Amino acid sequence: MVANVWKVVVAEGETVSDGDTLVILESMKMEIPVIAEDDGVVAIKVAEGDVVQEGDLIAVIE
Amino acid sequence: MFESVLVANRGEIARRIIRTLNEMGIRSIAVHSEADADLPFVREAVESVNIGPANPAQSYLDQAQVLAAARATGAQAIHPGYGFFSENAEFARAVMAAGLTWIGPSPEAIVQMGDKINARNLMETAGVPVAAGTREPVTTIEEATKAAAKIGYPVMVKTAGGGGGIGMGVAHDEGTLAKAFDQASRAAARFGGTAAILLERYIERARHVEVQILGLNDGRVLALGERDCSVQRRHQKVVEESPSPGITPELRERMLAAAARAGAAVNYRGAGTVECLVDADAQDFVFLEMNTRLQVEHPVTELVTGVDLVAAQLRIAAGEDVDIDATPRGHAIEFRVYAEDPKRFLPGPGHVTAWVEPSGEGVRVDSGYEAGNTVTPFYDPLMAKLCVYGATRAEAIERGRAAVAGFTISGPKHNLPFCAELLDHPEFVSGDYDTGLVSRMRS
Repeated sequence: MVANVWKVVVAEGETVSDGDTLVILESMKMEIPVIAEDDGVVAIKVAEGDVVQEGDLIAVIE
Repeated sequence: MFESVLVANRGEIARRIIRTLNEMGIRSIAVHSEADADLPFVREAVESVNIGPANPAQSYLDQAQVLAAARATGAQAIHPGYGFFSENAEFARAVMAAGLTWIGPSPEAIVQMGDKINARNLMETAGVPVAAGTREPVTTIEEATKAAAKIGYPVMVKTAGGGGGIGMGVAHDEGTLAKAFDQASRAAARFGGTAAILLERYIERARHVEVQILGLNDGRVLALGERDCSVQRRHQKVVEESPSPGITPELRERMLAAAARAGAAVNYRGAGTVECLVDADAQDFVFLEMNTRLQVEHPVTELVTGVDLVAAQLRIAAGEDVDIDATPRGHAIEFRVYAEDPKRFLPGPGHVTAWVEPSGEGVRVDSGYEAGNTVTPFYDPLMAKLCVYGATRAEAIERGRAAVAGFTISGPKHNLPFCAELLDHPEFVSGDYDTGLVSRMRS
């Protein structure tokens, strides 16, 4: 799936919890939230307006 | 009649409008973005103009570009299709100010129905039933919480300026209300609607049934029968059929009369759709919204009435008298073929390596793509509409099964497997289903 990064919801280095929305992607007029699957400190690897594909790294939680 | 008409749209609907223009001997003019240059609608139009980059804001939604193309090609009228400028009163006014004919209702009717709060209140006054809900715009979560408590949960949260299911959400309690309110507010900001939010009592196990209307130049409003659009995912339609298997002849008569009243209340001219929610058990209905444009699913009505709705729009816009015998016959079903996976319905654009459409008695395909095209992520995921007609619902379902099996698409993801599954699902086959059907199939 090809999508645009519509919105980066969390700040770089923010502490997030399992279930938090990190980034919202947009493809074909649909919003697709990228949700944290763990607790930790987040590093965002994309910027708003970027085009991402399946397999691209969007964020890292440590 | 017009000598030339510019179609301010893309994909399947541009192609469908261009087909009627070509049949009527009207010079058809397509506008397209760079991303759509090789799509069938561009080739099939008599003339075409490249109006900018793939991003819709810089092409299909750029008023100056579209109007410049109309001037350059000498177009006499503009047909907006659905989506894009179709319900944009400002653009309709700009078209008229440029000395062209706007193929659609008056900007005043668009404004009155485009504000969902105003439309609700207007309908109530016209004697069209509405659901319990807010009469004034809701702008803060505090107001929303108060209103929801008064209406009673579950409530539907939507944007006053929105449409097409975008930003809509159901709240079952205060916790989910905050989330739904936030989602609706973001959608409103993003798609350029007003920031006002509307809350309405949510009817669970409801059917979504709409009435096609046609406002004539002599002031009469015809109701051309209904379409049942209860097969939905994410509040967006996937399959539509006519007649609705879920309403009695008495209820149909009441709904058609109410829809004609709704149109008359705004002096409606041209094709429009009055959307309602039906409580199938109580055999009662409430007004949902009115779409002041040609609807995606208009072929369903065309198949059962034999009326070319685009031709009717053109004749009405050209000031002609239209007389239509709209007695529906038989049964029609439309399947929206979306570029999305059939399980989770997530978008799956891609290059089309194979595209073979079914054909035969009672089969109509309105498509926007063919082999060699690329379905891009810039636009909505509708690739084609597969429509079937039969003397009875059973015959239409039978033809639907064969047509779905006979449609080959390779490259983009597509929901044809979902359509096949639906056609074998006991609830759909029985006709006794509601808007929760797709979620039940996926739970």
